[in-house]
Parts: sequence; structure tokens; C-alpha cells
Amino acid sequence: MADLAAYRAVLASRIRAQRSYRTSFVLDLASSLLVGFVELAEVWVVFHAVTELGGLDLAAVVLVFGLADLAFSLADLSFGHCDTLPTYLRAGTLDVFYLRPQPLLLQLITSDISLRRLARAVVGAAALGVGLAVNDVAWSLASVALIVLALVSGIATFAAMFVWAAGAQFYLIDGAEATNAFVYGGRYAATQPASVWSRPLVVVFGFFFPMAFTAYLPVVTLLGLPGPEWMPTWLGWCAPVAALWAWVLALLTWRAGVRHYQGGGG
Amino acid sequence: MRTYLRLFVAGFRRQSTYRLAAFGGLVANTAFGLLKVALLFAAVRTSGGELAGYDVAMMSSYIWISQGMLGSVNLTGRTEIADRIRTGDVAVDFLRPLDVHLASVTTEVGRAVFALIPRGIPSVVIGALLVGMAVPEDPWAYPLGAVSLLLGIVVSATTVYLVGVSGFWLLETRGVALLYMVVSGFLAGLFVPIALFPDWLRLVATATPFPAMMMYPVDVLSGRVGGAAAVGLVALQVLWLVLTVAAGQLATRAGRRRLEVQGG
Repeated sequence: MADLAAYRAVLASRIRAQRSYRTSFVLDLASSLLVGFVELAEVWVVFHAVTELGGLDLAAVVLVFGLADLAFSLADLSFGHCDTLPTYLRAGTLDVFYLRPQPLLLQLITSDISLRRLARAVVGAAALGVGLAVNDVAWSLASVALIVLALVSGIATFAAMFVWAAGAQFYLIDGAEATNAFVYGGRYAATQPASVWSRPLVVVFGFFFPMAFTAYLPVVTLLGLPGPEWMPTWLGWCAPVAALWAWVLALLTWRAGVRHYQGGGG
Repeated sequence: MRTYLRLFVAGFRRQSTYRLAAFGGLVANTAFGLLKVALLFAAVRTSGGELAGYDVAMMSSYIWISQGMLGSVNLTGRTEIADRIRTGDVAVDFLRPLDVHLASVTTEVGRAVFALIPRGIPSVVIGALLVGMAVPEDPWAYPLGAVSLLLGIVVSATTVYLVGVSGFWLLETRGVALLYMVVSGFLAGLFVPIALFPDWLRLVATATPFPAMMMYPVDVLSGRVGGAAAVGLVALQVLWLVLTVAAGQLATRAGRRRLEVQGG
């Protein structure tokens, strides 16, 4: 347990550090809350203009958004800091991490935990709550299990995306935006009805990066909706398999990246 | 004038050294573009082939032109001037025989115009090849569209400069920049064209400079808005340019008086 105590101490210090600049912290929280609202508004504007899209109505898409966004913001809370890896690589400061007796990936994750991202999770959680209330959910042990399973797998899948992106940064460095296409593009994709996607999108965001499994497919299963033709209705239960695949992909990429890294010199 | 031309070229050339970054941007543009195609095409099709004046071809033009402009229009709120104010380097800028405001905007515009080459044009070409798009019938739409595009880029630079100089009073502009990032993309029409907004939200958007950065140039370039109405949109952009430049000049002068630099 001594190992864990070290992580706890590091994380606690990060949390205290953020709260010490009170005005900046409050402004950050408010802005993050607004981020969540605007993202919900983007979905709402489209569904306001049409009544139904890809087999989902506004109520169902709010549920998809809530599930996906809550999972993403919780993953972002703990793993989002992987995004700063290119900065460390360019500045050569990553080498410092190698001197400490903790695994590199764990250090990177605990090097910051952004409390302001909790504010975003609030919007996701509210949307999920509203979505569950306004939809006609057949409540049973199975449906509760499905929601919990989808949420936990969704968090794991998005977290894997951050780790995958970090692994790819060792090769890309300046090309960080290429991974944003799949990490943040993935978040955007996860809040959409996957039934409207073209075949290449189904391959990329449906299965290779299993974004459809984080929210859309579980919601289709939960509400008993007619899904797209490429899925049987029980596919929503496979979210854990998708999360497992995402982690295999992430850890392989991370391992390759770390082996590729030659150090910053000096 | 020559000095500012040189600054423009310097900004242009500086951006040209980051080739991998430009490639990364293009990958992101294409992926987001294809997702927008799927969602918005489905929206047009479910409403019977036309939605708020958009058919599928026009929607495609909107998506790929706006994706192409992403590298050139600053929707992140991050500027160099903000960093220079926080670190105090801006004191050196004030010593130079240049207008700090115009020099900063000119460099930013130079970089933005370069970004059209590796990100803007390829995005539009990829969109045209993969999905197809509408082109304006009126030949005047092209020169007017080019003017509108340039105005959009400049208005984005002059507006985001205001976020940067708020640092004279706030020091740390991260919160303001984040706020700018959230609001600008949405109101500039990055995710959904403004024509699809409900009336009240469209009014809110029109009262900000954000549509002048992206939505108006896209409307003119795609030929969705033509004739006198297109000239009207360009005039509106000029108005926002004048307003934001005036605000920038005032803020720079007031900020200069307020500036405190620590150390010798």
C-alpha cells in the first residue's frame, strides 16, 4: 500500500494547488460548465430543425449525449492530461519522469487532475438523468445493469483513446492534431446516431475506435429501437468487449511509442 | 507599410515550417468533415431534401469550406500577445517603432493565410472529390468570396487580439480564452449553419462578430447568398473589422498606460 500512498499524496497536492487560485478556479469551472452546455446545444439545434434523425428523436439523443458526455468527461478528468505529452517531448522534460520510481504512464496521468473538468461532467450527468426520465425505459435489473455497464465501459474506452493518442505522440510530436481527430472527433461521433454514418465512418468510429459502443448502441438496446442494419439489437451489451479492444490498441501503441522514444538529450 | 508587409511574409513563412502540424490539421479537418456530412446530410434528407434553404450539395459546400477555414480562423482564443503580456515581453514590443496592435494582427494574418495552402484548399478538394459540392453560378461570387474570406480571417485576428489584451488587466487570460473558444465556434457556425438556428439564437449570433469570421465567407463563397445580399454580408464584415480595430487601438493604449513590468 506504500506505493498507493505516493500517488495519493501527488493527487492531493494537485487538487490543493488548483483551489488556491480561487478566482481563476471559479472562472475555469464556469467556462467548463459552458463547454458542456454549448456541446449539448450543438446537438439540440440539429434536432430542433428536424424531429427525428437516424431513428432517434430529441429525447433519445439527449440520452445518447448524456451517456457519451458523462463517460468522456470522467475519462478526461483523469486521463486528459496525456494531451500535454507533446509539450513534454518538445521541451525534453519527459526525461525527468524516467528518473522517478513510478511507471511513466501512471505519472503522466497523475501529473495533473483537472477539477474544472468535473463541471463538465455535471452537464453530462444532468443530460443522462433527463434522458432517462423522458424516455420510455422499461426499468428492470437488466436495464440498470446495461446502463451501468455502458457507462463504465464508456469511461474505459475514452480513457483508452487518450492513452492511444499519447502513444502516437511519440511518433507525431508536432502532428498532435491528427490524434485529436479521433479523440475529440470520437467524442463528437459518440454523441451522434451512428445509423447515419457512411461505411468508412462505421469502420473507423464504429469498430476500430469503438465510439458507437460508448452510448449509441447501448441506448438502442435499452430503448428497443430499430438500429442500423449492421447491428443486431443485443450489440449494446458488447460495450465491455469494445472497451477491452480499445485498451489493447492503446497499450500496444503506448508500448511502441515508449520504445521508439530516444530521450531529449542532455 | 513595407514593414507590415514584411511582418505578414514572416508570419506566412514561419507557419510553412510546421509541415507535420499542417498534415495533422488536415487529418482532423477530414475526419470532422465526414462526421458532419453524415449528420447534416441525414438531417437534410429526413426533411425531404431541403432544410432551411440547404440541399445536400449546398450543405456539402458549407461543411468543406468551413472545415477548410478552421486552420486560418482563430477559434481557440489563444494568441501570442497574451503570452507576451503575461511574461512582460510586450514592454519590448512597445519600444519598437511599430504599432503593437497592427504588427500583432499582421503576423497572425500572415500565418492564417499560409494555412489556407496546406489545410484550406486540400480540405475543399477532399470534400469535392469524396462527397461533391455546389459551386456558385454567378462568376462574381469568386472575387467577392475571396475578399470575404480575407475579411473573415482579419476579423478573427482583430477579435482574438482583444482577448489577448484583456491580459493587461487580468494577467492570466486562460479563462477568457476558454470562454472565447466555447462561444466562437458555436456562433461562427462551425458545427451547424446559423440558418438552422432558432430565430432568437440567430439574432444573438448576428449581434456578435463571430459569424463574420466564418459563416458569412462560407455563404458568399458557396453562392448560397448572392447578388446584393452577398455585398451586404461583406459590408457587415467591414463594419465588424472597423469596430474590432477601433476597440483594439483603444485597449492597447489604455493597456500601455496600465502596464507594469517587474524587474529592470
